[in-house]
Amino acid sequence: MFNAITQIIVVTLMNLRNLPQRLGTSAVAVFGVACVVGVFIAVLSMASGFQRTMVSAGAEDVLILMRAGATSEMSSGMGYDQTQLIANLPGIAKLEGKPLSSPELFVIVDVPMRTKDTNANAPLRGVEPMAFEVRESFKIIEGRNFEPGKNELIVGRAAQTQFANLAVGSVVKFGQNQWTVVGAFEAGGGLAESELWCDAKILQNAYRRGNSYQIVRAKLDDKNGFAAVKDAIAADPKFNLDVKREADYLAEQSEPLSKFIKMVGYPLAFLMALGAIFGAVNTMYTSVSNRTREIATLRAIGFGSTPVAISTLVESLVLAVIGGLIGALIAYLVFNGYTVSTLNFASFSQVVFDFAVTPDLLIQGVVFAIVIGFIGGFFPAIRAARLPVATALREV
Amino acid sequence: MYYLQFLLSNLGRKKMRTTLTLLSIMIAFLLFGLLRSLAAAFDQGAEIAGEDRLVSINKISLIQPLPESYLPKVQALAGVDKATSANWFGGYYQEPKNQFPQFPIIAEDYFEIYKEMISLPDEQMQAWKKNRIGVVIGKALVDRFKWSIGDRVSLKGMFPREGGSTTWEFEISGIYEAKSKSADTSAMLMHYDYFDEARQYGKGDLGWLIVRVNDPKQSAQVAAAIDALFANSPAETKTSSEKEFAKSFAKQFGDIGLITTLILGAVFFTMLLVAGNTMAQSFRERIPELAILKTLGFSDFAVMLMVLSEAILISLIGGLAGLMLAKFFITGAAESMAATLPGLTLSNTMLLFGVGLMFLFGLLTGIIPALQGLQLNIVAALRRR
Repeated sequence: MFNAITQIIVVTLMNLRNLPQRLGTSAVAVFGVACVVGVFIAVLSMASGFQRTMVSAGAEDVLILMRAGATSEMSSGMGYDQTQLIANLPGIAKLEGKPLSSPELFVIVDVPMRTKDTNANAPLRGVEPMAFEVRESFKIIEGRNFEPGKNELIVGRAAQTQFANLAVGSVVKFGQNQWTVVGAFEAGGGLAESELWCDAKILQNAYRRGNSYQIVRAKLDDKNGFAAVKDAIAADPKFNLDVKREADYLAEQSEPLSKFIKMVGYPLAFLMALGAIFGAVNTMYTSVSNRTREIATLRAIGFGSTPVAISTLVESLVLAVIGGLIGALIAYLVFNGYTVSTLNFASFSQVVFDFAVTPDLLIQGVVFAIVIGFIGGFFPAIRAARLPVATALREV
Repeated sequence: MYYLQFLLSNLGRKKMRTTLTLLSIMIAFLLFGLLRSLAAAFDQGAEIAGEDRLVSINKISLIQPLPESYLPKVQALAGVDKATSANWFGGYYQEPKNQFPQFPIIAEDYFEIYKEMISLPDEQMQAWKKNRIGVVIGKALVDRFKWSIGDRVSLKGMFPREGGSTTWEFEISGIYEAKSKSADTSAMLMHYDYFDEARQYGKGDLGWLIVRVNDPKQSAQVAAAIDALFANSPAETKTSSEKEFAKSFAKQFGDIGLITTLILGAVFFTMLLVAGNTMAQSFRERIPELAILKTLGFSDFAVMLMVLSEAILISLIGGLAGLMLAKFFITGAAESMAATLPGLTLSNTMLLFGVGLMFLFGLLTGIIPALQGLQLNIVAALRRR
């Protein structure tokens, strides 16, 4: 037993020390695995970054109330009276005696993009003072907040990176109305950072919405009060509303695009993995056939077939892991934090998000590499073990 | 013929290696085929849109309406052949995941403007016009929900009706046909009059205008004339050709499409590189053999040609298999994806382009060993053995 283990170690070490002699083919295998793992991580980090932006700011104790049947904030609508009724519901938290309930408008404006020669649907949200209290992570990071009653905008940190002319102090024109950008804000890395905000009253006028709103965000005074509020609304014929937790609503909104990225990503990763496995198998077969005489000699002087097979497998694994690590590192360096934007089907507006190469994904990538290395080394290892000693020794 | 046999037996001598190389190339081209079709499907909105049609939207954004009074004004402009309007209904069937486009439109005008894209049998058109709550649907919708003429369907819409309910009843009066292969058949068309009468607010608001011009060369002028007509009014317009309009949409998905393409392009080349290296290596091992061929009296050129054609042959076999597989997958997927991603096909141009790439790849991997074979010093090469 001890003997077998020593043999494995000796043969494997010898094998690995000889790697530089097979630098060319080994480098190709490493390169192949690195690319595949890098791409795998890049695609998934896009999905995870998008997910993070969409979901991270969603609170469990904040409700979103929309008109029944509305599929997003955009397609919802309700009158002022409804928003007041909602604010006075039992179960809604209060701040200095006022209900923490924020009626909001959500529209899109056509805004030129910064880097591309096109206009995009930028989300524009009309809010009242309570909006800042309902969102705990909201923070002005530059300039100041807008003054109620003025054509002033504050813009999300992410929106600023994607849309043109949104630096604090600049003036933008939507239709007939001029707006001054007076501040930039942060909202815990969430979706709100892709948005432009202004006074709800001003937006009602500009978009001729009368005294109507689209949704209400309200904070629960008790985390477990969701069911009670929902039941109260369902029981009251004055309401025709859907009630959701903010976190659930955002998860729903992010689903189509995440699903799309993953639907394209996983099958492609699978195909790529097949390609990388072929590359690895080829490399290892070459490695075995280059060492035919060496292996035969080892066998002739008493080494077993198992140590020879294992050494081949280990060589393949080592190459794959090196490739995997390189791929993961490159994916991390190139993609982590890379900011992009796209149209979210659900809300019909632009979402700005960063690629997120999480430790989780890095581990997945390396595991992926190990699987490639194992499969790639398996059959060549068997061939190495089965080499007929006498004929192999005679070869060239 | 003789040469071909020689090439084939060369391929057969390390069967495992040849198979793996072929498979790598096959997968690379399979990826290529899938990717190109996906990219084409994304762009195709722009491809199918006509040059002689313009789209006018509210300048603030697409979701802002235009007043009803704009339609006759635009129709009266010089250079305008026909103008009509469409709205966004934004409904779903039974569950929010069952979303599809529904447009309140003016029946005859809409079919007239899109006559080279879609058509409706005459008797169905007549029946539809008589039925206030009638709608017509495309084939993709028929397949998706198994609806047929005469069915009553109720949709949840984003517009409340008089009285506040958002449930709308419709009756299917007809099924329109796609005349052009890439026309979208996943939409439901309903009467604007019924929609406008029944909705609680926003009466008289049009979503966007669709304008056909007399002369496609005049599109730009007509578009400018429309925008000038409503300049400085509360609802200014932004008019562009339908093609640009569709393109700007595709661009909004922007980064994601671009990144996916870039990443996958990188993979395509990596896989070819890996396969190419193996091929080149197999040639290097055979340099002494090339020397023997030359000793036997084959010319330098013949030897070089032999190496090159072997490389191209491998590339073609693997690549064509990959493209065929891609074609097979795409044809299979096109049916089931018709509702979400219409127009998923692998065009002949792309197939040809793929074949071109295969030749190029074969040339690139074969050229260095081929040149080595060409310059081979027979004595030195034979001694390497």
